[in-house]
Amino acid sequence: MAHSVRRDAPELPDFSLLKRLARDQLIYLLEQLPGRKDLFIEADLMSPLDRIANVTTLKQHDVDKLYKVEHKPIVSTSDQTVRGCFLYPLTNWFLFPDVVNADKAFGRFRRYKIIFSPQKFYACENLLEEQGIFGDVTTDEWSFYLLPLDDDIISLELPEFFRDYFLEGDQRWVRTAGSALHLLHSVYGPFSKVYGIGRCSKMAYESWREQVEEGEQRARQAEIGNVFLIDRDVDLVTPLCSQVVYEGLVDDIFRIKCGCVEFCPDVTSSDKSIKVMLNSQDKVFNEIRNEHFSQVFGFLSQKARNLQTAYDKRSGMDIKQMKTFVSEELKGLKQEHRLLSLHIGASESMMKKKTKQDFQELLKTEHSLLEGFEIRECISYIEEHINRQVSMVESMRLLCLLSLTENGLLPKDYRSLKNQFLQSYGIEHLLTFSNLKQLGLLVEQQPGETLTVMESRVGKLVNDKTAGQIQAGPNTVTVFNTGWVPIPLLYLIQSDEEYDLRVPRDMAYIFSGAYIPLSCKLIEQVLERDGWTGLEEVTRMLNGHEFAVTGKTSGVKTDSQRIILVMFLGGCTFSEISALRFLGREKGLKFIVVTTAITNSARLLESMLDNHA
Amino acid sequence: MAFITANWNPLGEAFYRKIELYEMGWSLRDGLKECLVAAAPYGGPIENHLHNLKKLTLLQNIYNLQRWKSGPVRQLGWTVCDDLLCIQEDGTVLIYDLFGAFKRHFSMGNEVVQNQVLEAKVFHSPYGTGVAIVTGASRFTLATNIDDLKLRRLPEVPGLQGAPSCWAVLTQDRQTKVLLANRADLYILDNTSCTPVTPPGLSLQSCSIVNMAVSFSYKYLALFTDSGHLWMGSANLKDKLSEVDTKVRTPPKQMVWCRRPKSQQPSVVIMWDRLLLVAGECTDTIQYTLDEESVCVAELDGVRIVGGSRHELLQEVPSACQDIFKIASMAPGALLLEAHKEYEKSSQKADEYLREIKEQSVLGEAVRQCVEAAGYEHEPETQKTLLRAASFGKCFLSNYPPEPFVSMCRDLKVLNSVREYTVGIPLTHTQYKQMTVQVLIDRLVYRKLYPLAIEICRYLKTPEYQGVSRVLKHWACCKVQQKEEPDESIAHAVSVKLGEAAGISYSEIAARAYECGRTELAIKLLEFEPRSGEQVPLLLKMKRSQLALSKAIESGDTDLVYTVVTYLKNEMNRGDFFMTLRNQPVALSLYRQFCKHQEQDTLKDLFNQDDDHQELGNFYVKASYKEKKLEARLSLLQSAVDEYNKAKNEFAAKATEEEMKLLRFQRRLDEEMGEALLGLSLQETLHALLTSNFHKQAEQLYRDFRVPDKRYWWLKLTALAEKDDWEEMEKFAKSKKSPIGYLPFVEVCVKQHNKYEAKKYVSKVTPEQKVKAHLAIGDLEGAAEAAIERRSEGEISTVLSRCSPTTDRALLERLNRARSTAAKK
Repeated sequence: MAHSVRRDAPELPDFSLLKRLARDQLIYLLEQLPGRKDLFIEADLMSPLDRIANVTTLKQHDVDKLYKVEHKPIVSTSDQTVRGCFLYPLTNWFLFPDVVNADKAFGRFRRYKIIFSPQKFYACENLLEEQGIFGDVTTDEWSFYLLPLDDDIISLELPEFFRDYFLEGDQRWVRTAGSALHLLHSVYGPFSKVYGIGRCSKMAYESWREQVEEGEQRARQAEIGNVFLIDRDVDLVTPLCSQVVYEGLVDDIFRIKCGCVEFCPDVTSSDKSIKVMLNSQDKVFNEIRNEHFSQVFGFLSQKARNLQTAYDKRSGMDIKQMKTFVSEELKGLKQEHRLLSLHIGASESMMKKKTKQDFQELLKTEHSLLEGFEIRECISYIEEHINRQVSMVESMRLLCLLSLTENGLLPKDYRSLKNQFLQSYGIEHLLTFSNLKQLGLLVEQQPGETLTVMESRVGKLVNDKTAGQIQAGPNTVTVFNTGWVPIPLLYLIQSDEEYDLRVPRDMAYIFSGAYIPLSCKLIEQVLERDGWTGLEEVTRMLNGHEFAVTGKTSGVKTDSQRIILVMFLGGCTFSEISALRFLGREKGLKFIVVTTAITNSARLLESMLDNHA
Repeated sequence: MAFITANWNPLGEAFYRKIELYEMGWSLRDGLKECLVAAAPYGGPIENHLHNLKKLTLLQNIYNLQRWKSGPVRQLGWTVCDDLLCIQEDGTVLIYDLFGAFKRHFSMGNEVVQNQVLEAKVFHSPYGTGVAIVTGASRFTLATNIDDLKLRRLPEVPGLQGAPSCWAVLTQDRQTKVLLANRADLYILDNTSCTPVTPPGLSLQSCSIVNMAVSFSYKYLALFTDSGHLWMGSANLKDKLSEVDTKVRTPPKQMVWCRRPKSQQPSVVIMWDRLLLVAGECTDTIQYTLDEESVCVAELDGVRIVGGSRHELLQEVPSACQDIFKIASMAPGALLLEAHKEYEKSSQKADEYLREIKEQSVLGEAVRQCVEAAGYEHEPETQKTLLRAASFGKCFLSNYPPEPFVSMCRDLKVLNSVREYTVGIPLTHTQYKQMTVQVLIDRLVYRKLYPLAIEICRYLKTPEYQGVSRVLKHWACCKVQQKEEPDESIAHAVSVKLGEAAGISYSEIAARAYECGRTELAIKLLEFEPRSGEQVPLLLKMKRSQLALSKAIESGDTDLVYTVVTYLKNEMNRGDFFMTLRNQPVALSLYRQFCKHQEQDTLKDLFNQDDDHQELGNFYVKASYKEKKLEARLSLLQSAVDEYNKAKNEFAAKATEEEMKLLRFQRRLDEEMGEALLGLSLQETLHALLTSNFHKQAEQLYRDFRVPDKRYWWLKLTALAEKDDWEEMEKFAKSKKSPIGYLPFVEVCVKQHNKYEAKKYVSKVTPEQKVKAHLAIGDLEGAAEAAIERRSEGEISTVLSRCSPTTDRALLERLNRARSTAAKK
C-alpha cells in the first residue's frame, strides 16, 4: 500500500544493541553468584526475559532450574549447595515472597540473591529488613529498561504504568521513564529537539535532564533527531476505538504479548496452538500489518498466487537448476508458505468474528459517537448491549467513548446506564466506576454546563466541525479543517463520498477513514510547525503542559534528523503505530515508538477493574 | 663540581652516599635516648615517645606535645593515612591523627589482656596497614588491615618460650606470614601451620640468629647471627645472595635493607650504638661512626637515619648520577654537562665536547642521562645545572620528545616545595613516582597544608574533580570543626570558597558539621547542595524529616520518597505521620499504594483521617468481597452505605443497598430451593431463575428491583430459547406487546437453529426491521418483497449483497429495477 511518496527514508538505528546490553548485564549479575543456582522469575518478567536470554543461554551460566514465582511458598528440590537467585520486577516489590523464612521453616538454609529490575529501591531493603531476612540475602539491580519489540517499537514493559500513574497518582515510574530516555540518549543521542505534552511527560523529561547533567557527556554521532513525549491521557479516545488495522486487530482478538502471539487451534487448523513472533522478520506479516483489514484478504490471495508461481518454476527445471532451487529458494518459500497459511487462518478467524452483523453495528455506533450525531440511538444501542450482556469490557468501552465525546453523560443517562451496568455485571463495578470517574473516562455532565468550545475537550475536537471553523482564529484554521475533524465514516455508512482504503490519503485510514487519531495528529502538527505555536487553543483544551526544548546539537541536516522518537507514557496501540508509519512514509521520516507498554481498549479498561473479589 | 662526590663511598662496583636532609628542630634533652621512635616511609612523619611525654613531630614542625596519660606503650607505628598507632602492653591499639587528636581505639584480643604484649610490629601491605604482636604466652596475633579489623591467631611455635630472638612480618603470595627465629631455628608461621625452615648456605648452623631484616618489597631477607655473620638471600629462602663476616659479635640495635629499584649493589645497613655498617653483596663494607642515638627507616630507595640533631638519607648512588659525576667519567651525560659548563664560560671547548658526543651519536642519551640525574639530586642548584645542560643539549637534537624534560621540571618543582623544611616531606623522585600525586595531595591535606595542595593541583593541572575540589572539600570539612566561629560566617566562608569548584559534595561537608554537633550549620550547608537527592539521607539523620520529605519529593526520585516515608512511619506517631502525608500528595499516593498491598487497615485509617467517605465506602465494598461469611459481608456493605451517604453519593448508597437486598434474597432462595445463587449479579440471578423454571421468583425480583422491561424481556427470551422451551416463548410473546420488538425473537430462534419457530415471529416484526428479519431466517424473497415495498435504496442494496449467483434471476432484476427507481427519487 501507500506507494511510498518518499523513498529516501533514513535508516533506523540498530536497537538490538539494547538487548545485548541487557543480556550482558544479566549474565554479569548471574556470574556474581558463582556456582550452580536456581532462578526464580516473577511471572511478569517471563516473556521479556525470554526475549533477552533464552533458557540455553541461562543454562550456560550455571542456571540449574527455572521456577516461576507465585504468591505461595516456594519449595525447590535442589540441595543447599545450589544457590537461589530471584529476578524480580519493581512493580510488585512489596509483594516479595518470604522465601527465606519459608526455607528456614523447612530447616534449610540457602544463599539467596534478589535482582530487582529495572532498579532497586532502598525501600526494598527496608522491607527485607522488616521481614527479618535482610542479612540472609544479597540484592542487586538489573537495569533492564527497554525491550526492543521490533525495528521501530521499543517497550518498557510496564503495563501497570497507566493505572499507577494516571489513576493512583503514583509517580514511581516517572523516573524509570526518565532513565529509559537517558539510556536511549546515551546510546543513540544527542537529541536535537524535544517536544512534549502532558504533566508526566514534563516530569519524565526533567528527570532525564537531571540524569544527563549528573553523568558525563560524550560527543557522539546523533542517531536520533527529535523526540516527542506524550501522555496517554492527552488522547484517551484513540485507544478506546476498535482497531481495524491488521496488527491492531490481531492484538484485539488474540492479544499479542511481548511481540509474540499464540494462535489458537482454530487458526492453525491443527489441534495445537502455535506461538508466532510478529515482527518485521516475518515477511508476510510485515507487508500486511499496517493494512486496513478489508485489504488484507486481497493481498494474501495475491501473495498465495505468487508463491504458487514460484513453486511452479520447478516444473521446467533441469537437475542443476533444481539443485540451486532446492538449496537457495526452497527453504525461504517453505517458510513463507507456512507464514502465509497462518495469516490466512488468522484472517479467516477474524473475518468470522468481525463481519458479523454485531460488529458492523458496533462500528457504526462507535463512528456515530465520534462524529457526535444520533446520540440517542447510540445510547439505546449501548443500553441493549448492556442488557444482553454481550461483553462487559465492550459495554464499558462504549460508555467511556460516549462520555468522552459528549463531555460527560447527562445525569439521567449517567444513573440509568450505570444502574443497568451494575445489574448486568455485578455490583463490584461500583469500584470500577469510581476509578473511571477519577480518571475522567466516565463522568456526569455538570448541571448548567453546555457544550462550548472550551469545555468539551476531545469531544470538541472530534465532532464540532462547524464551530471549529467559525470560531477558530487564523492560526487554528489549518488544524480544524484538514482532517482534524473526522471525515465521515464513508466506508461503513453509505454516503456519497468513498474513502478509498487501498490508497489512503491520511492517517484516518486506520479507523476506516472515520477519525484521525488525535495523538498522531498532534505529533504531525507539532513537527510541521516545529513547536507549539498556533496550537495554543488546542493545548489549552488538552490541559497543557506542553513544551519544546532545543538541544545542544547545531542544525546540521543529516539523515538522523529525520528520525523521530515518540514516547507514549501510559501505552500506545498498534493502530497509532501504523498511523505513524504511514505519516513517516508520507513525509520521508522514520518514527521510533517507545511506549511503556502496548495497549488496547481491553487492556486499558481491564486495568481499571478492581479485581479483588 | 668535584665536591659532589665528596660524600660518596665505594661499595663493590657501586657507590653509597649519605645526604643530610634536615637539621632537627626538636629540643630533646637526651637526644633519642630512652625514646620510642617511629617514622613512616615515603618521607613520612616521626614520632617519639619518652616515658610519659608524648611528642608528635613532623621533622621540623612539632605538631603536638602532650603528656601521655594512658598505659605503657610497647610499639609505635604510622598507618598509610598518616595516623599514629600506639600499641599498649594490654593489647589496646590507640589511633591518633597527625595533630595528636585521639581518633579511635581497638583491641588485639582478650587473650592479650592477661598475657601482655611482649613485642609488636606495624607493617604495610597491599591491604593496608597491619599490626602483629607476640604475647607473653609466645603466641602471635595478626591484623592485616586495621580499617577492616580481622584478628588472626597464628598456630603455636614448638619450643618457644617468651619472645623469639627476632622476628619479622612477610607478605608473600597474597598472604601475611611471620618469620621468626628461636636461637638457631627458623620458622615460618602462616594461618594454619608452623614450618621450620633453613636458609640455604648459612654456615655455622649452631649459631643463633639475633636479628633479621626484610626488604621494603618483602623480596629479600637478611639474618644476623651471634657469630657476627650476615646472611643475605631471598625472602622465600630459596636463594642465597652472599654472606659477610662483620666481625662484630654484639647483637645490632637495628638492621635494615638499603636497596633501590634496579640496584647494582644492594646492601644491608646494620646499626650498633656508635657504628653504622653498610654491608654489600660483594662482602665489601662501609663504616660510619655515629655520634648520637639514631634510628633507621627503610625506604623504597634507601635508608633514612634519624638522629637527635640530624636527619640523613643513605642510598646507593643511582647509575645516572654515577655516570655523570664520577671523576673522569666519559659518559655522554658527563660530556654534555662539561660542554654546557664551557658554553657558559663562552669557551670554544664547548663545541669540542659537543662534537665528541655527536660523533658517537649519543646526544639523545646524554640529554636523557642529565634529565634523569637531575631527578636524583636533592640540591636545587645541582638540579638546575643538570637541567640546563639537558636543555642545552636538546637544542642540537631535532626530534627529541620534550615530555620527559618538561615533566621532570614539573616534578622537581613539586618535590622541592614539599621538601621545604616548613613542609618537611623529604620525598625522593623515585618515591614520588611510586606514590603518585594523588597520595601526595592526600598527605598534604592530612597536614592541613591546603594552600600548597591547591597550588600543586593547579600547577599539575589535575582534573578539578580529583584535585582542587577534593582539597577544598577537606578544607571545608576542617573548617566546620572550628567551634569558635559562628555558623553564619562558616557557611558564608565555605560557600564563597567553594562557589565555582566543580563536583563538590556539600552533603559530605554538612555530614561532617553534623558529626561535630552543629546541626544548624549542617542545614545551612545543605542548602548549597544542588542535588536534592543528596540532601535527604543527612536531613533524616538530623531528624529534619519534614524538610527531608519535601526535598525528596522535589528530587522526583520515588525511591527517596519511599525511604523518607518508611522512616517517618517508624519515627512519628500515627496522627502526625498522617498529617505530614496529607500535605504531600505525592508521598501520600505512594504510601497508599504501599498500604493497598501491605496494610489494608492503615489504608482505612488514612481515609478516616481525611474524612474521605467516598474512598472509605469503596474500601468497605472491596473488603466485603474478601469476606466469606454472609453476615460479615452484609455488615461491611452497611458500613459502605453509611459512608456513601456521608459522601452524598446517593447513587452508590442505593446501589449498595440493593446489593444487600439481593444478597438476602439470594440467601433465602438458596435456603429454600438449594440453588447456588449467592454472589451472582442481578442479571445472572434472574437468568439462573428463569432457566430453572422459577418464573414466579423471577417475576418478584423483576418487580422488587424495578428491572427495566427491555432487560427483562431480553433475559426471559434468551433463557427460554436456551431451554428450547418454544411453547413458553410463544405464550410470552403473546402476553403483551414486546418492549424490544419482535426482531430479537427471530434472532434468538435462529441462533438456536430453529428456523421454524423463527418464522412465527417474522410477521410481528415492525416494517422497518422486516428486511432484517427475513434475511435472518434466510428468506431472500421475503426480504426482497419487504425491501421493495419500503422503497429504500439502502435496504435493497443489502438484500442484493446477500444474493448469490444461484439466486433467481427474475428476483435480481426486480431488485435492481426497484433500486434505480428508489435512487431517482
